[in-house]
Amino acid sequence: MATIAAAPPYTQTKPVPAQTGLWSWLTTVDHKRIGALYLISGLFFFIFGGLEAAIIRAQLATPNGRLVTADMYNQLFTMHGTTMIFLAVMPMSAAFFNFLIPLQIGARDVAFPRLNAFSYWIYLLGGIFITAPIFLWMAPDGGWFGYAPLSTKAYSPQHNMDFWVLGLQILGISSLAAGFNFITTIINMRAPGMSLMRMPIFTWMSFVVQFLVVLAFPVITVALVFLQFDRFFGTNFYTIAKGADPLLWQHLFWVFGHPEVYILILPAFGLVSEVLPTFSKKPLFGYPVMVYSGILIGFLGFGVWAHHMFSVGMGPIADAVFSLATMLIAIPTGVKIFNWMATMWGGTIRFTVAMKFAIALVAMFTIGGISGVMHSSAPADLQQTDTYFVVAHFHYVLYGGSIFGLFAGIYYYFPKVTGRFLSEKLGNWHFWISLVGMNLTFFPMHFSGLLGMPRRYYQYDAGQGFEIFNLMSTAGTAILIVGTLFGLINVIKSWKGGAPASSNPWGAATLEWTIPSPPPDYNFAEIPTVKSRYPLWNMADGEPLVHETTHAEEAGRRIPTSQELGIVMPNPSIWPLITAAGLLVMFCGLLFMDSSVPTAVGVMLLGTVWWVGALYKWLLTPLEDHH
Amino acid sequence: MTASTAPTAAHGDGHAHGGGHYTTLGLDHRKIAIWTFIGSECMLFASLISTYLIYKGRSPEGPFPHTAWTNPATGEVFKPILNIPVTSASTFVLLMSSLAMVLALAAVQNRHTPKHTLGDRILGSSKLWLWATALLGLGFLMFQAYEFTSFIHEGLTIRTNLFGSSFFTLTGFHGAHVTAGVIWLLTLLAIDYKRGLGPQDALLVDIAALYWHFVDVVWIVIFTLVYLIQ
Repeated sequence: MATIAAAPPYTQTKPVPAQTGLWSWLTTVDHKRIGALYLISGLFFFIFGGLEAAIIRAQLATPNGRLVTADMYNQLFTMHGTTMIFLAVMPMSAAFFNFLIPLQIGARDVAFPRLNAFSYWIYLLGGIFITAPIFLWMAPDGGWFGYAPLSTKAYSPQHNMDFWVLGLQILGISSLAAGFNFITTIINMRAPGMSLMRMPIFTWMSFVVQFLVVLAFPVITVALVFLQFDRFFGTNFYTIAKGADPLLWQHLFWVFGHPEVYILILPAFGLVSEVLPTFSKKPLFGYPVMVYSGILIGFLGFGVWAHHMFSVGMGPIADAVFSLATMLIAIPTGVKIFNWMATMWGGTIRFTVAMKFAIALVAMFTIGGISGVMHSSAPADLQQTDTYFVVAHFHYVLYGGSIFGLFAGIYYYFPKVTGRFLSEKLGNWHFWISLVGMNLTFFPMHFSGLLGMPRRYYQYDAGQGFEIFNLMSTAGTAILIVGTLFGLINVIKSWKGGAPASSNPWGAATLEWTIPSPPPDYNFAEIPTVKSRYPLWNMADGEPLVHETTHAEEAGRRIPTSQELGIVMPNPSIWPLITAAGLLVMFCGLLFMDSSVPTAVGVMLLGTVWWVGALYKWLLTPLEDHH
Repeated sequence: MTASTAPTAAHGDGHAHGGGHYTTLGLDHRKIAIWTFIGSECMLFASLISTYLIYKGRSPEGPFPHTAWTNPATGEVFKPILNIPVTSASTFVLLMSSLAMVLALAAVQNRHTPKHTLGDRILGSSKLWLWATALLGLGFLMFQAYEFTSFIHEGLTIRTNLFGSSFFTLTGFHGAHVTAGVIWLLTLLAIDYKRGLGPQDALLVDIAALYWHFVDVVWIVIFTLVYLIQ
């Protein structure tokens, strides 16, 4: 056709986009580099949120601690929760979505590479927007679930909660854009032969998570829009005197908030489901059941939100329904625990650091799961809600679950990402110290909680039996910091100096291990045709199960460039970053609503013109050169 | 699927927009993405509509949507706010825009079929039907602007009471979606004037049409639940 003939022919001599330097990172659309950016940013915020927690624990080490004021304490626990959930665990999960999904399904990138870059940049800018105010003593201070009416202007008149409301809106855009992108990628970019039931389990769990994201985030978006309108435009959504329902926010928030819990844990479940089979030299036990239980967890996750609200007095019917629904979720979750154990049963287990973190997840998550079942019962929950018992519960599932799972994933996939192993020696220190520190921090909270110590109080009096448990928790935090430092040093040292790794250093089974470590920009020189769930494990014809490769075998092998192979890769683009920056400016405009409406409108208009203009520029620039 | 979607692995397939590339379902990525987006939007409007319904009748003070209200402090009488005949007209306009959208897509898909009669030429004009869709959408927005200003004159703003807050936010969100759709249609028109939209661009129009019909369907739900049911 005429349009194609008129296009400039694709030439082999076109200069290769730079692979190093700041500009290459700002303009990258490569899913692997975006994954690395997510991981580094996520780790940074993980440390930042950890330091906030360290100050909290130092304050609570002794009765009537005087390290920080009540006001500062409110900011610290709010930002600790917000940071860990939205800026650390979700982005670190996103790092794995980005890096792994295309590799596991045999694709060269995600469906929309520039949208993917946009998701990252809007996350980073949103993260800075919501975090930076802490240096001005103006950080959000209404708790990570920002209950309205407490978070309305009447009760939070300062800018603190403005940053939270707007920051969460910005971060929501990132998650939603990534959700559309990954769903499309997984549905439409699987290599020939990769049916849904041949997909690696991590990709499956990520698939479920993306559906949770695109269905749950709009609900919090609406809740935040109401709060935003109440705060900036004087609407009445949360004004009780005008007849507003004080539970509206709670319902909307938890309709999002409970699926969010599974958004945080399912990626970690997916990662350990990759690690455990490899280091047990056995296929995952009950793969279909693992898939179905993941889907069921996601589905039921939308029907249990009100178990966060038993104490508000919804009545016996609602309490009973939500209790039962919550108990139901224990079934697919329990299925997963048993299947992991059955995967290891009878296997040839190699206790690498990745494997230890994965096994620790199974054990620690079970503890957190059991306390979760305890407060699924409404009468028990009335005793436990808003005490440290709940804090113990969700740290067992989030630290012992999500974080340990992500660490397992980092140790397992580091050789694929960088071409170098993390040190097993430093890793062992990291693992054992963290395991001890984590349990010493969070286990005593079960006791202080059942003794009645409420969460979010900045001081407690002596003589109530809380002292010893708080001292243990604080000591545990110090140990946890030491353990995390070992991990951090390990990552920094091994990034350039670790032992070189081969394509398939662990003898794993899935597609990402068929390509070089680190993978070339095009991932697969040839798109593979998939014939089984474990393409690298030849189980049919009696060959040995595991095909490990060594670095020595691969030494001297030259990896051809995409140009030599004639593979057209997407061009780098700065427009996703510029679009994201314009959106940030638009949201910042609302901050001026109190002081000067014309300024606010002006800044918002500027931001709107900025991002719409950048978006048009982006959409009108072709993704790649023509063939 | 046709032969063009069969895997030819060595030549850089399986990435980018799927236009001409191998995709698992043989569909363009953008088609799947827009359906995912629409699914997400369903939850957005479900939350807005639920809030409107939960808050219906909860406001201690008027004005109210379907009943008159006398301010006990001033004795001022407020008529029922909603003007159902006018909104029925605007609903009709929006529904007709969906019809025009269908014809616009058909015109783009059939650009190269020979046109013999005047009827063929009218039906085959993508510019005409894209303009019609955009202008009918704009007409709906003008109805909404008229509705909003008359409500404000009658004493209902977004700040007045719970009804005002939830009504203006819900319908305003819908109006913002229509506005985005009109801008999208005008962008397609600009492309049409620049180089002509043909069957190879049908997907561009198709995804805009899916969005447009979705926004239309949402309005039918809002019109029924907010305006018609008392």
